[in-house]
Amino acid sequence: MSILGNRVLRKEDPKFLTVGGTYVDDIGLAGALHVAYVRSTFAHARILSIDTEEARKAPGVVAVYTAADVDLGPRPPEMPMFNQAMTRSLLADDTVRFVGECVAAVVADTRARAVDAAELVQIDYDPLPAVVDVETALRDETLLFPAAGTNLAMDMTFGTDEHFMDGCEVVVRHQFLNHRVAPCPLEVRAASAEWSPEGRLTQYSSTQAPHGVKSGLAGALALDEAQVRVLSPDVGGGFGAKMGTYPEELLVAWMARRLGRPVRWVETRSESMVGLGHGRGQLQEVEIGGSRDGRILAYRLNVIQDGGAYPAIGAVLPFMTRTMLSGVYDIPKVEFNSRSVVTNTTPTVAYRGAGRPEATAAIERVLDMFAAEIGMDPAEVRRRNLIQKDAFPFTTPTGTVYDIGDYVRALDLALEAADYPALRAAQKQRRESGATKQLGIGLSVYVEITNGMPSSEFGAVEVRPDGTVVVRTGTSPHGQGHVTAWAMLVSEQLGIPIESIEVVHGDTDVVPRGVGTFGSRSLQAGGVAVNQAATAVVERARQLAADLLEANPDDVILDKVGQRFHVQGTPAAGRSWKELAAEAESQGGLTAEVDFTAPGPTFPFGAHLVVAEVDTETGLVEIKRIVAVDDAGKILNPMLAEGQVHGGLAQGVAQALLEEVRYDEDGNPVTANLADYAFVTAAELPSFERIAMETPTPVNELGAKGIGESGTIGSTPAVHNAVCDALVHLGVRHVPMPTSPQRVWRAINEATGKASA
Amino acid sequence: MIPAAFDYVRVDSVDAAVAALTEHGDDAKLLAGGHSLLPLMKLRLAFPSVLIDIGRIEGLSYVRQEGDQVAIGALTRHCDVNASPELARHAPLLAYVAGKVGDPQVRHRGTIGGSIAHADPASDLPAAVLALGGEMVVTGPSGQRVIPATEFFTGFLETAMSPEEMLTEIRVPTATAGHSYQKFVRRAQDWAMVGVAVARYDGTTGVSLVNMGPTPLRAAAVESALASGASAADAAEVADQDSEPTGDANASPEFRRHLAKVLTRRALEEAGL
Ligand SMILES: Cc1cc2nc3c(=O)[nH]c(=O)nc-3n(C[C@H](O)[C@H](O)[C@H](O)COP(=O)(O)OP(=O)(O)OC[C@H]3O[C@@H](n4cnc5c(N)ncnc54)[C@H](O)[C@@H]3O)c2cc1C
Repeated sequence: MSILGNRVLRKEDPKFLTVGGTYVDDIGLAGALHVAYVRSTFAHARILSIDTEEARKAPGVVAVYTAADVDLGPRPPEMPMFNQAMTRSLLADDTVRFVGECVAAVVADTRARAVDAAELVQIDYDPLPAVVDVETALRDETLLFPAAGTNLAMDMTFGTDEHFMDGCEVVVRHQFLNHRVAPCPLEVRAASAEWSPEGRLTQYSSTQAPHGVKSGLAGALALDEAQVRVLSPDVGGGFGAKMGTYPEELLVAWMARRLGRPVRWVETRSESMVGLGHGRGQLQEVEIGGSRDGRILAYRLNVIQDGGAYPAIGAVLPFMTRTMLSGVYDIPKVEFNSRSVVTNTTPTVAYRGAGRPEATAAIERVLDMFAAEIGMDPAEVRRRNLIQKDAFPFTTPTGTVYDIGDYVRALDLALEAADYPALRAAQKQRRESGATKQLGIGLSVYVEITNGMPSSEFGAVEVRPDGTVVVRTGTSPHGQGHVTAWAMLVSEQLGIPIESIEVVHGDTDVVPRGVGTFGSRSLQAGGVAVNQAATAVVERARQLAADLLEANPDDVILDKVGQRFHVQGTPAAGRSWKELAAEAESQGGLTAEVDFTAPGPTFPFGAHLVVAEVDTETGLVEIKRIVAVDDAGKILNPMLAEGQVHGGLAQGVAQALLEEVRYDEDGNPVTANLADYAFVTAAELPSFERIAMETPTPVNELGAKGIGESGTIGSTPAVHNAVCDALVHLGVRHVPMPTSPQRVWRAINEATGKASA
Repeated sequence: MIPAAFDYVRVDSVDAAVAALTEHGDDAKLLAGGHSLLPLMKLRLAFPSVLIDIGRIEGLSYVRQEGDQVAIGALTRHCDVNASPELARHAPLLAYVAGKVGDPQVRHRGTIGGSIAHADPASDLPAAVLALGGEMVVTGPSGQRVIPATEFFTGFLETAMSPEEMLTEIRVPTATAGHSYQKFVRRAQDWAMVGVAVARYDGTTGVSLVNMGPTPLRAAAVESALASGASAADAAEVADQDSEPTGDANASPEFRRHLAKVLTRRALEEAGL
């Protein structure tokens, strides 16, 4: 019986549930110093002077650094498509560009003393006008980088056809703000650094990509990569925001070298809310055109992406939005243009979905508005435009090639499971009775891209002479369960139980190469690499067994139950894994390494249906049901997959309903802690109704697509549509996200002509 | 999240607490459950130089029926107020409201005395005591005095207690003729965006508002409208009359006023009016 496809319990959990994990800040380095960063309290200001005198004299303080001390020059944006004049100093030099930017670093013998002394650093600022929103940024009246001559970090123009909507009977236009959210991993950022007397750096990092951090450190500190070792122990979440190497981490290494002692850093939650990158932040002008019988003929999206103060991954994500522009629909004509600007806010980075949720949210929301305009059921409009299942591989008008899907079936499964006609009847009844609490039914049918830009991933499998297995992987799990999943893959091939299979990750000295875990790539990249390495090990073992048994390798079979190789038909004479591994020891061991690059991305898809109850007096929204069909191809472990979907759904609901990073007009963050930032909890969510659907992809041998992000991508528009749907009969056309009570109340008042402020 | 340095004194009696307060003056703060004070200190928004820990004073955690009143010791934790059979029987509003504070962890640390002494207009328990027409027993260098709830909350995070006084007991009348607490939150564990407490006793109805001004507020206009025979719906229309709500990221002052009216109507109806 195959272990694959079973709900195998996580090998990781006994530790987490008993003694707990080991995170970066749990690792004490002998003689370590602690750093506290002094952060800008202004969104945009010139630094006139910094007085570090008092801080230097404070008890326990070893050093206080400002930009003048740091001999690592300002760095241009890493990606070449950005305006290269938008440089960033590790500590702000003459100008601060967002609240939370590091201005000085205080190093002391204890963390408390570092924090105390940081309060004594006096910074004299000359405030500049703050550029808080993207439209202001585009006007270039205040420039963040005068040398760049513009706030535009990059743009992409694909067409501006004046006659684009010609031939459409109905055209619906709207502006959506796909607002900023904070990734909020439970473990905040942390790093510590230690140098050997020979000048080799060991850096502990809470990251999704240890090898990326290694390259980042080597690059910034002008080191050979061999001089850097990065260790990432247990990591408490990343959601895309822990992919790069932040200035704080580079400085930790730099300070440790400068001081000749280990240096440790962990941020507070309040720091994390402004220092860790934010997600989304896309202002969208959406236009959809079609016929009165529900056929969509033209779709256009123009976006302004908020890059925050220094262009990073977030500013390039419109590219992913364009990749998934037309979603699950067969639309003859599409158009997309984007401009990414800098603003005096925290830089934006990748966050669960990264550019794809923005695409899905836009088309799924405007599709409902189109349906309302022509008076057709939104499920029916979707059905009339879905790409049919015999059309795959399907090339979209933006050139994206979808591997495989059955969108009609996904929609049907969701509608059936929810009993859509009954829901509509219940809704009608509430409307007719004029109930205070109205029902809304929201749909979204989505497709997304995972392993979007396939890159090589490393996987190695070694059977040790004691019969146990060690697997080394370049992926970097931080909650996903790779230790269990990779063990399952290897167990399936070798017949060795998962208890005897150790999975090693997050140490660049042990795992020679790797890319990491993001973009829902791990199983289809790293998992396949491990699977192929396991296959190679079985082949080597078969060859060796054949030699020892003096048989033809083609006749030698692996008895997975007995965990031994023998000639077909003569099981008595055979060789166990243990024996073969011992035998192979002198020949380099029973081991195989694979670097695997997928031939292309995969495209998970699904349909979500949300039932929301909206209190029309108070504007409060309660989610009653979430029915989710998420097809990520062949599922390796349904329990792990569910975990990913559940978390994804929660974060998607959160964006639609609760979570929003906000700034005041001066660029001060007003949601910089978890009391003000409405982080979603279990109490705000119903039990998820998950409907299984598996359409294996031909792209890889496991038939697997990524499942890390799809829950988030599908659920945001489904919730958003449900809230708006509850109010259509009152004349409400749209409620901006997140659909807070006040926004709902205002939308109702506007529609019904009541005054509200 | 490291507070500034401070000295720590632990006292084992009310007298010792008062003596310590008298000695250290304005720089000292009493430490009860710590669930309002410590967050402020960790964010370095409060910097007391001395913390006087009253958490282990014995005999200050109780709920007792005394005549037509229920007396609650200042160190009684929210979870114990919530679970008290005396309160369930004689002043069910208070028990119910205590169960709506924060989350289980907060309710197992926070004390009713701390909550009321802190006098946050967004807190739940001060408003409940106000709706009930309760009174506070405070102890100072010259002994005890009793302050009616209506005179206790004097400004934003300010009370009628002097710096050397300590709140030792809260008394509420028995009120069993109907009650309701409408706490408007987006998330289960949030502070109220707006809240309305209603308690009916002695043929009168007490109504109070949470987060509608610098202090917990008594909705006097609603109370007098009811007294002169107005319906719940009509009385609720004047719920915001004497309030001064502020605006924040969640709600404008106008939205708060609107919510106060809707919630007052619902609260009155739930209380049987
Ligand atoms: C995450 C979180 C969520 C919360 N949510 C809510 C909520 O939804 N609703 C709500 O109402 N509250 C909420 N609270 C606050 C909580 O109820 C506090 O416990 C309460 O406000 C203060 O009680 P305490 O015993 O912790 O007081 P402490 O924090 O110890 O003290 C608070 C203040 O009162 C003073 N003080 C304490 N006891 C006395 C006394 N006997 N006499 C004189 N002065 C005294 C202290 O010096 C200090 O200034 C929340 C707290 C947290 C941390």
